[in-house]
Amino acid sequence: MNGDVGRYLAMGGYAAFVWPAYGMALAVLGGLAWHSWRRYRASTVALEKLQREFRARR
Amino acid sequence: MISRFANPARFMRLSATALPWCGWLTLAVVAVGLYLALVVAPPDYQQGESVRIMYVHVPAAWMALGVYLFIAVASGVALVWRHPLAEIAAGAAAPIGAAFTFVCLATGSLWGRPMWGAWWVWDARLTSVLVLFFLYLGYIALVNAFDEPSRGARAGSVLALVGVVNLPIIKFSVDWWNTLHQPASVMRLGGPRIDPSMLVPLLVMAVGFLLLFLTLLLLGMRAALNERKALALRLNSAPVPDRAARREGSVPAQSSTR
Repeated sequence: MNGDVGRYLAMGGYAAFVWPAYGMALAVLGGLAWHSWRRYRASTVALEKLQREFRARR
Repeated sequence: MISRFANPARFMRLSATALPWCGWLTLAVVAVGLYLALVVAPPDYQQGESVRIMYVHVPAAWMALGVYLFIAVASGVALVWRHPLAEIAAGAAAPIGAAFTFVCLATGSLWGRPMWGAWWVWDARLTSVLVLFFLYLGYIALVNAFDEPSRGARAGSVLALVGVVNLPIIKFSVDWWNTLHQPASVMRLGGPRIDPSMLVPLLVMAVGFLLLFLTLLLLGMRAALNERKALALRLNSAPVPDRAARREGSVPAQSSTR
């Protein structure tokens, strides 16, 4: 890294605190969003399968 | 009017339309917020660039308190009117609130180290927010500790209402006690005491976090409604002797897919 980009990433000497703060927030909130989406998809698929079976049996 | 909108079938219809809008709007507002926070906002004259942690820390803290208040109100509605959507809303909001509280604590720690010289101090503000985090975890554990979802939700509702006493303690901890944490500079009588060049990015990030909460809440509520429906179907379609045995308690109820 050099020049402007390097200076920007250095965050005035606070890079070791600013970037982990943003990275951690992204990981936690992004992870929760990903998990929520997976759970929602799985529950939709499972319910549709059950409803098909239920209708077939009647 | 509440019961007209809080019908589960109507909720599923309305939320199916609202969900993609909320999701894309969240991404757009957070992207703008991050650009403002990381590029446009000026460094602080005392704290330098480390002040950029504020744009995550403060909105996360607002959401930590706001989501708990939401859970408490929903719990009250669930206890008084026994409305199934209210307890589902409370249950779906809890992991989101816990995540925001964790982000608030962790970013605060990363901010405290360079500014105060300590990752953590047992200051009234920090300690009361840590208690809030444990309240969230306790609520989640309690709600999921029962085989029957509505029994867990009722126990959780009582805990959520008792825990509300912590909210004013958090809010006013910086006024009541001599804390290392600074007092309020935005939500105070007499208006915000922060320059617009920093206030605007902060508010944009706060709106982004609020939209994220709404999106994840809708996702979580829809998932929980699907799961409850599936559980009811499975119980209804079970062979009759099996059902009788389950009522006797000799056969443990099938655990949900969660």
